[in-house]
Amino acid sequence: MAETRLIEISPVTRVEGHGKVTIHLDAEGRVDEARLHIVEFRGFERFIRGRLMWEVPVIVQRLCGICPVSHHLASAKAMDQIVGVDVLPPTAEKMRRLMHYGQVMQSHVLHFFHLSAPDLLFGFGAPAEKRNIFEVIRENPTLGLRAVQMRKFGQEIIEATAGKKIHGTGAIPGGINRNLPVEVRDRFLGQVEEMLVWAQDALALARGYVESHADMVAGFGTFPSSHMSLVREGDGALDLYHGRLRALDAGGAPIFDMVDYRDYHKHLIEDVRSWSYMKFPFIRALGAEDGWYRVGPLARMNTASFIDTPLANAAHGALRAFSGGLNHSTLANHWARMIEVVHCVEKIRELLQDPDLQGSDLVAKGERRFEGIGVIEAPRGNLIHHYRVDENDQVTFCNLIVSTTHNNEGMNRAVKAVAVQHLSSQPKITEGMLNHVEVAIRAYDPCLSCATHALGQMPLQVEIVDAAGAVIDRAGQCL
Amino acid sequence: MPVTRLLLIGYGNPGRGDDGLGPALAERMSGRNLPGLTVEIDYQLTVDHAALIATHDAVVFADAAMELGMPYRLTQVEGTPQALGSHQVTPEAALHLAWLLYGRSVPGWVLAIGGEAFGEVQEGLSAVALSNLHLAEQFLAGWIRQAVRAA
Ligand code: NI
Repeated sequence: MAETRLIEISPVTRVEGHGKVTIHLDAEGRVDEARLHIVEFRGFERFIRGRLMWEVPVIVQRLCGICPVSHHLASAKAMDQIVGVDVLPPTAEKMRRLMHYGQVMQSHVLHFFHLSAPDLLFGFGAPAEKRNIFEVIRENPTLGLRAVQMRKFGQEIIEATAGKKIHGTGAIPGGINRNLPVEVRDRFLGQVEEMLVWAQDALALARGYVESHADMVAGFGTFPSSHMSLVREGDGALDLYHGRLRALDAGGAPIFDMVDYRDYHKHLIEDVRSWSYMKFPFIRALGAEDGWYRVGPLARMNTASFIDTPLANAAHGALRAFSGGLNHSTLANHWARMIEVVHCVEKIRELLQDPDLQGSDLVAKGERRFEGIGVIEAPRGNLIHHYRVDENDQVTFCNLIVSTTHNNEGMNRAVKAVAVQHLSSQPKITEGMLNHVEVAIRAYDPCLSCATHALGQMPLQVEIVDAAGAVIDRAGQCL
Repeated sequence: MPVTRLLLIGYGNPGRGDDGLGPALAERMSGRNLPGLTVEIDYQLTVDHAALIATHDAVVFADAAMELGMPYRLTQVEGTPQALGSHQVTPEAALHLAWLLYGRSVPGWVLAIGGEAFGEVQEGLSAVALSNLHLAEQFLAGWIRQAVRAA
C-alpha cells in the first residue's frame, strides 16, 4: 500500500483550507466512485456582515492568503455600484487592470513552474524524491531563476498598485487611491521586454508538452462540458478584468451570452449536496444534472472569440487549431495558463506606455445604491462577490462564488475519470498512482484556502475505501 | 553570527485568528527600527522569499504554532529539499532554494509563537496569543541586538 507521508503541522500552520479525495473500490478492486470533497467556506458571512462598505475591499483579502488581490478587486467592483459608479476614471480602471494582470501573471507562473513542472517534466508516476521543484532547478537552473524573477515582477506590480502585500488598499469604492509614478513605471518598462521573452518560452514549454503527449492528454481527465467566463462586451474578446458572462455548451453553442453579471442569479443556481458542504452551481437553463460547467484558463480559451494582444492571440489560434473546436482536456489548462501569462505581460506593457497611469482623476462619485455585484476572471476562473449595504454603509448581506466552487463538478469528474483509469483493479496502489489523481486536481489549481475555512491537518487527504466501507489506506498529499 | 543584514519574515493570515501571530510580531519589530534588520510580512512563505533570503546574512521565520507547549521557541533550521505544499514552502525549503538558485547558504531560525485559536474567519489574536506575542517580542529584540553587529 502507498506510504503515508506525514506533513508536520507545528509550528508551520499555513494550511488554510482542506480537501479530501475518497476513492471507493468494489469487491474486485475496481474504482466504484471517486470524489473530491472540499469543505465549504463558512463563517465568511458573519465576518463581513456589519462591516462598513469602505473597509470591505481591504478586509476581504483576509479570506484567502493565496489570492487576496482577486477578492480585493471583485469586492471593489461591487462597491463601485454601491457608490453609484458604472464607469471609473481611466486612471482608476487602468491601475486596477495593471494590478490584475500582475496578479494573474504571478499566480500562473507559480502554479506552472513550482507546482506542475515536476509532474510534467519527470512524469506523474515518478518517485516523489525525483518529482519536485528542486530536481527541476537542479536540471534546469535558468528555468528556476526565471520563474522567481517573473513572480517577483508580478508581485512588484501588485505592490505598486495595491500597496502592502498583506493589506492592499489600492482599489477603493469608485476608483483607486494612487497612480503610478514615472520612476516606478520606468523600472517596470526596463524589465517588461525580458518578461515577454520568458513568458513566450514558458508558453512554448506548455504547448510542447500538450502537443508531444497528445494521446495521453486526450485520455487523461478529458470529458465534454460547458464552459463559462466573462468576455469583453460587444466583441467577445478575452477580458480578465471586466465584461459580460458567456457560457458555451460542449459543442461550442452559446447557452447564454453577453449577460450582465449583475443578473448572475438568473442564470446560475447554487446547489448543495449531502456528501460535500461545498456548493455545486449549475446553469439554470440546463438543469441540475447537465448544468455544470468549468471555469478557469482553459474555459476562457474556449469562450473567448479572440485575444486582443497579438502574441497571445496567435497562441489562442494555435490552441484552437490543435483542438479543432473547444478543448475539454484537463491537462490543456497548462497550455491555456501560459497563453494568459503572455497576454498579461503584453497588457502590462501596453498599460505602462499609457500616460493615463499618471493621471490624477482617481475616484468617481454617483448616486448611492444598496446592492452591488462585482465579477472578475481571477487566475483560477470566474469570481463573484455580491453585497447589500444599508443606509448606514453597513453590509447586510453577502454571497460569494469562488472559482474552485464553480469547478467543483468538473474537478470531481476529472478525479473519477483518472481514478478509474489508473487505480482500478491494481493489485497494489502506489504513491505514483495516487499522484495521477492529484495531477488532475492540480491542473485546475483549486484554491482550497478560498473555498474553505476549516483548518485541516493536510491540504489534501486521499482515502481509499473497500467494498465493505472500511478505509484501507490514507495518504496525506501536497496539492 | 554576528551578521550585518538580518531578515525577519513574519507570515500568516491575520484573518484566521492566531494564524496572524507571525505578521503581528513582524509589525512590532518593524516599529522598533532596529539597525541591520529588514522586516518582511506575507500571508505565507513562497518561492519568492528565496531571492530575498539570498541577499541577507541570516533569516528568522516567525510563524504561529499550534500546541507548542511554551510561549515561543527559537529553533535553528537548515536548508532541505522538502516538498512544496499548496502554494507555500517550508522554511527549510526556502533556505534550500536560496542555495540552489543563488548559491547562498543562509543560516535560518524559526521563531514559533504559540497560539490557540486557528481556522475561524476572524481578525484579532486570542489572549494567550497576545501574551505569547509580547514575550516573543521582548526575547527577539534582545536576540537581534546580540546577533546584529554594525557593519
Ligand atoms: Ni484563494
